[in-house]
Amino acid sequence: MLNVHLILFLAFGAVCVAGAVNLLAQTHPINSALSLIAVMAALAGEYLLLGAEFVAAVQVIVYAGAIMVLFVFVIMLLNAGVEEHTQGSRVAILFGIPGVLLGSILVAWVVLQHSGTESVPAGALKGDPVTIGQLLFHQFLLPFEITSVLILIAIMGAVVLASKPPTSPATAPARKVD
Amino acid sequence: MVPLSYYLVLSGFLFACGVTGFLIKRNIITIFMSIELMLNGVNLSFVAFAAHWHSLAGQVFVFFVMVVAAAEAAIGLAIIIAVYRTRETLNVDQVNLLKL
Repeated sequence: MLNVHLILFLAFGAVCVAGAVNLLAQTHPINSALSLIAVMAALAGEYLLLGAEFVAAVQVIVYAGAIMVLFVFVIMLLNAGVEEHTQGSRVAILFGIPGVLLGSILVAWVVLQHSGTESVPAGALKGDPVTIGQLLFHQFLLPFEITSVLILIAIMGAVVLASKPPTSPATAPARKVD
Repeated sequence: MVPLSYYLVLSGFLFACGVTGFLIKRNIITIFMSIELMLNGVNLSFVAFAAHWHSLAGQVFVFFVMVVAAAEAAIGLAIIIAVYRTRETLNVDQVNLLKL
């Protein structure tokens, strides 16, 4: 029997890699945003392979859905155009690209060399919503409540930051900025 | 059966792409998307290690990372709108002064 798990991993991984490289290659932000959505959808597939059902669902709903809609909305709101090209440092190109290639090959080789025998079976750990929810409301109750406060502060901060400044600074009362 | 190291290499590649985009991109929105890519790479290694060590805590941490990423996206995009309103540009090379 063919190793279906490995084939699925490679397929989703190829979509991830292609999307990430395309994000770097594109000059228009809307194209980068669409390739990032492809990366996130493929990552949800990888999570399903690892048995993390809840995380995969949240990845699609929150990341690929909510957060990326926010990005696309802002890109369209600000009418972002093609990126202007500024000249980069020559030294960075001469030494940076070979250095990055060498470093990544070294890291990949070491990681593959030292943990090649241990493998993760498909659906190794069932992360269904019931189990995650019980863990979240017992062991991780305090962090969960703190994140709710964080979200509340973030909402208020976003409203304050994005709200319109007073139209005429001379007549409007001076806002204290700190 | 996929070795754990394959997941780690994929996660490292996504993180490296995020760092590269953060450094070479000039559009402030694309820089922000590179940060999201980095967070996604970290999430993948969290889930892979959770499956490897048979501990669901890793998956709960991914949930927290997503919550923080959502808060960060809301705040960051609001800051981008404020920057665009005062500077009329999204190019980070032209946003080089702290004062308005």
